[in-house]
Amino acid sequence: MSAHQQAVDGEAILAVRDLSFYYGDFRGLNKVSLDIAQNKVTAFIGPSGCGKSTLLRTFNRMYDLYPGQRAEGQIIFHGRNLLDRKQDVNLLRARIGMVFQKPTPFPMTIYENIAFGVRLYEPLAKSGMDERVEWALRKAALWEETRNKLQQSGLSLSGGQQQRLCIARTIAVKPDVVLLDEPTSALDPLSTAKIEELINELKSDYSIAIVTHNMQQAARISDYTAFMYLGELIEFGNTRELFVKPKKQQTEDYITGRFG
Amino acid sequence: MSSHLSKQFDLELEGVRTRVLQMGGLVERQLMAAIDAFNTGNIEAMQEVVRTDAEVDAYEVGIDEDCTLLIARRQPAACDLRLVMAISRIVTDLERSGDKAAKIANKSRKLHRVSGQRIPRLSDLHHCGSLVAAMLQGALDSLARMDVDAARQVIRADKEIDAAFNSILRQLVTYMMEDPRTISEALDIIWIAKAIERVGDHATNIAENVIYTVSGIDVRHTGSAARKAEKA
Repeated sequence: MSAHQQAVDGEAILAVRDLSFYYGDFRGLNKVSLDIAQNKVTAFIGPSGCGKSTLLRTFNRMYDLYPGQRAEGQIIFHGRNLLDRKQDVNLLRARIGMVFQKPTPFPMTIYENIAFGVRLYEPLAKSGMDERVEWALRKAALWEETRNKLQQSGLSLSGGQQQRLCIARTIAVKPDVVLLDEPTSALDPLSTAKIEELINELKSDYSIAIVTHNMQQAARISDYTAFMYLGELIEFGNTRELFVKPKKQQTEDYITGRFG
Repeated sequence: MSSHLSKQFDLELEGVRTRVLQMGGLVERQLMAAIDAFNTGNIEAMQEVVRTDAEVDAYEVGIDEDCTLLIARRQPAACDLRLVMAISRIVTDLERSGDKAAKIANKSRKLHRVSGQRIPRLSDLHHCGSLVAAMLQGALDSLARMDVDAARQVIRADKEIDAAFNSILRQLVTYMMEDPRTISEALDIIWIAKAIERVGDHATNIAENVIYTVSGIDVRHTGSAARKAEKA
């Protein structure tokens, strides 16, 4: 793949260069290079095991927690390689937040779910924190539904609401990048539509990278799409083009359901 | 193109494709019968052409519905999506071509009934008719085989039709100036020539849609479509 194809039109918030990833001896990613565009949505698609979640997890070093997993190459974020040993991982995860497939609210009140992370980085007074909680819930389109029950447990919310709470929690610390790993695969179509709507609104403030098994979702919400297969980046480009006129036969086979 | 994981999807796509080609075959026969009937004055054949129109219309409605269902059920992407979009445009062009064939038949019937022997013999019109029939056939062939080269040829041929149409116009204007009593017939013939020329445009549209389906390049309204098609 030529350098020209990895690039995006505007600024890149993350520049991935020759990234390889190993689970012990198994290589899960093979020299992947691409840019994550600033204030855009980048979608990762591909069959199970293609490396798309692995790639997403390198962006905030989720793999650090697991022995035997390591990454080679570079991910440039604000001029520095975030794979660098000296990188403060906790700070990194505040700048690059992640939302998972299953909603994972903390077993605390709705209010505390959001305040908890903010308190780690910013010593806000009570009124400041109240404002931040409201701000994050509004941003996540959850304020109207929760304003009167902020002291109830986050677990009392529906699945779709829980997922929006997780998004609110992520954006409450004002990160640069939001990573979404199949955020709607456990949700019904209505909740999914709300999250998609939300993603569209969030991109004016954040850069978003999303892994999804739902190709129509990628087509609907993303500006750029990367198709991966067996740890390789097969094709990366404008979503508009990739779903109507893909350049690679493998991409065409996958998105038209001819794979196998 | 290899087959889908879903056999049913393959069957549905193939079914739509087959019906478009059947519709195309019907319109092609309708057009040839209309041009033939104009030449021979066979009134019965002209009426048959007009009757066929209802059948063509039914194809259009049916295929359009198939395309809508296919999109709703399968959310086609890439080459499948381009094929479905192209087919839904192609049926419109075919239906319009069918209308033109019916128009040729209608005007011919009036001409032959009212004017009989006074119809001017225009060799260009015969030439134009067979050219357009060949173009439509070529467009449908390129669709059946998804053949970009054949589609380009169809697009190139349209220039000749346009030239022939202009030549017919000039001849008929001269004819009318020479003897104003012929104006009524001449006008009917102009209608017929125009209808034939329009079928050439529809055949061009069909060919452009074949190029779009195969290459993903939209060559419509690109000034010189033929030149753009070369690059496709």
